[in-house]
Amino acid sequence: MQGLYAVFRKELADHFSSYRFVILFALIAMVSFITSYVAGLHLKEGLEGVAKPKFVFLMLFNTPGALFSMVQFGAFFGPLIGIVLGFDAINKERAQGTLIKITSQPIYRDAVINGKFLAGVVTISIMLLSIVLVISGFGLTLVGVVPGVEEIWRLFIYLIISIFYISFWLGLSILFSILFKSIATSALASVALWIFLSFFVTLGATVVANAVAPLNAKEGTSPEILLKNTTVKERISLFSPMVLYTDASTIIINPMRKTTQSLILMGPMERISASRFENPLSFAQSLIVVYPHVTALIAITLICFAISYLVFMLQEIRT
Amino acid sequence: MVTDDSVVVQTKDLTKQYGNQVAVNHLSFTLREGEIFGFLGPNGAGKTTTLLMLMGLTRPSSGEAVVCGLDPVRRAKDVKRIIGYMPENVGFYPELDAVQSLEYIAALNGIPESEARNKIDEFLELVGLKDEAYKKVANFSRGMKQRLGIAEVLIKDPKVLFLDEPTLGLDPEAALNLIDLIVRLKEEHNMTVLLSSHHLHQVQRMSDRVGIMINGTMVAQGTLDQLSKEKFGLGDKTYSLEEIYLKYFREG
Repeated sequence: MQGLYAVFRKELADHFSSYRFVILFALIAMVSFITSYVAGLHLKEGLEGVAKPKFVFLMLFNTPGALFSMVQFGAFFGPLIGIVLGFDAINKERAQGTLIKITSQPIYRDAVINGKFLAGVVTISIMLLSIVLVISGFGLTLVGVVPGVEEIWRLFIYLIISIFYISFWLGLSILFSILFKSIATSALASVALWIFLSFFVTLGATVVANAVAPLNAKEGTSPEILLKNTTVKERISLFSPMVLYTDASTIIINPMRKTTQSLILMGPMERISASRFENPLSFAQSLIVVYPHVTALIAITLICFAISYLVFMLQEIRT
Repeated sequence: MVTDDSVVVQTKDLTKQYGNQVAVNHLSFTLREGEIFGFLGPNGAGKTTTLLMLMGLTRPSSGEAVVCGLDPVRRAKDVKRIIGYMPENVGFYPELDAVQSLEYIAALNGIPESEARNKIDEFLELVGLKDEAYKKVANFSRGMKQRLGIAEVLIKDPKVLFLDEPTLGLDPEAALNLIDLIVRLKEEHNMTVLLSSHHLHQVQRMSDRVGIMINGTMVAQGTLDQLSKEKFGLGDKTYSLEEIYLKYFREG
């Protein structure tokens, strides 16, 4: 334990004093402020002279600001935080010859990797928590609405999901830092996988869905085919952690959304009734909707770290 | 294996294979308390692999080793508490200063902070880095880094030192200072030292006994006189370690 704690403390101090963390944090803080500020302004305008809808506070996070909402920004940019914190975790130590020095101290070898992962997770948590708090405070003064208990719970769950999502990328980049001796290779591999899983999987899902159940724009597609097309697309998309996370976090942050599935086959009557009789889901119901997503997200994070752990324990350390 | 109290390290038929390649081949040797053992051999002879096996960082393919009565395979953590290992080209965190580097090593060894503080002062003084205590390691010269490396292995209060090429790349003066330091540790603190090096005259200067390892096999071990007699026969002339080593190396 003493070894784990020593590594953890050193890594945490390293993260917070490194330039790359400061730059990343400044960037994220800046974008978050601008996004939530613009969102706040829109909200304020939109709320004038209207009865206050429920969950105004959460709208700070899911209303598109300048370009995107806070939640979308997190889904897109979160992986980069994880990658930046982890891509040189092990191979840098190997390259500068400190890994053998550390492992020849009276500690268990797993203290090194556990300490590094834990320090990364704590850094991510502190970063996200402070941003959510600052935006909340910002929103309080700007919009002048106090968050209710349920909104705080939702934000809390959102925070937990985000921490796991970013930790998945941290674990992945640590895995690459173990597998690849070169720091540049592991950084590139992490970024490549990020781009693939975040963008190409959804693209590929559309392609596959259209191949399996082609949509016919001219003559109109039968409902069965349309349903099949969408199902295939959504199933394949779930391989992307970004889709998993976006689905989970939007449901949690936006109580008006009731399902992660996109609504197809909506006739005019359904559309009217959906917009007229819109009622928010209760917190517990929202949780039930995203429960599989959250479980999957936690599972891939743990699996990813478990693989890194195994590979690191089985490797021979000479330098 | 039967060991008495003065035996610090003992191996018997220690072997390490990587695939078909034998890195260390049935190595048997003994290291006694308070002696400096010079571990010689060309690059890739298996010296570092042997050290790693003795610390439990690599599992031997066969054979056994005992370090202060402990089995490195099963009691790796306890063995690493006893051994102070300075790897070849010892690395440092460039962004830390000398004191911070030592603090980290002390923390990894579970030394309480207050105690570590005193020890750090003591060992920085011993290795002559007192004035550079708050200088970043990135700005250290090679000699200073090696001395900081020695301070790092001493802070854990080891029973035995494993020094892998401690004088590599040092200028003659820095190398001499380091040798003096190692000899002083032996004489004043009864430290046991296992030292690998290519600088034969330096090894000759400080070692009590030497072992010559070629292609994973220890071809000879003993005092300089013993090796000299073994290879050149009885005579009045004393041969230097260099002559002995080269003769062993050429004849295999």
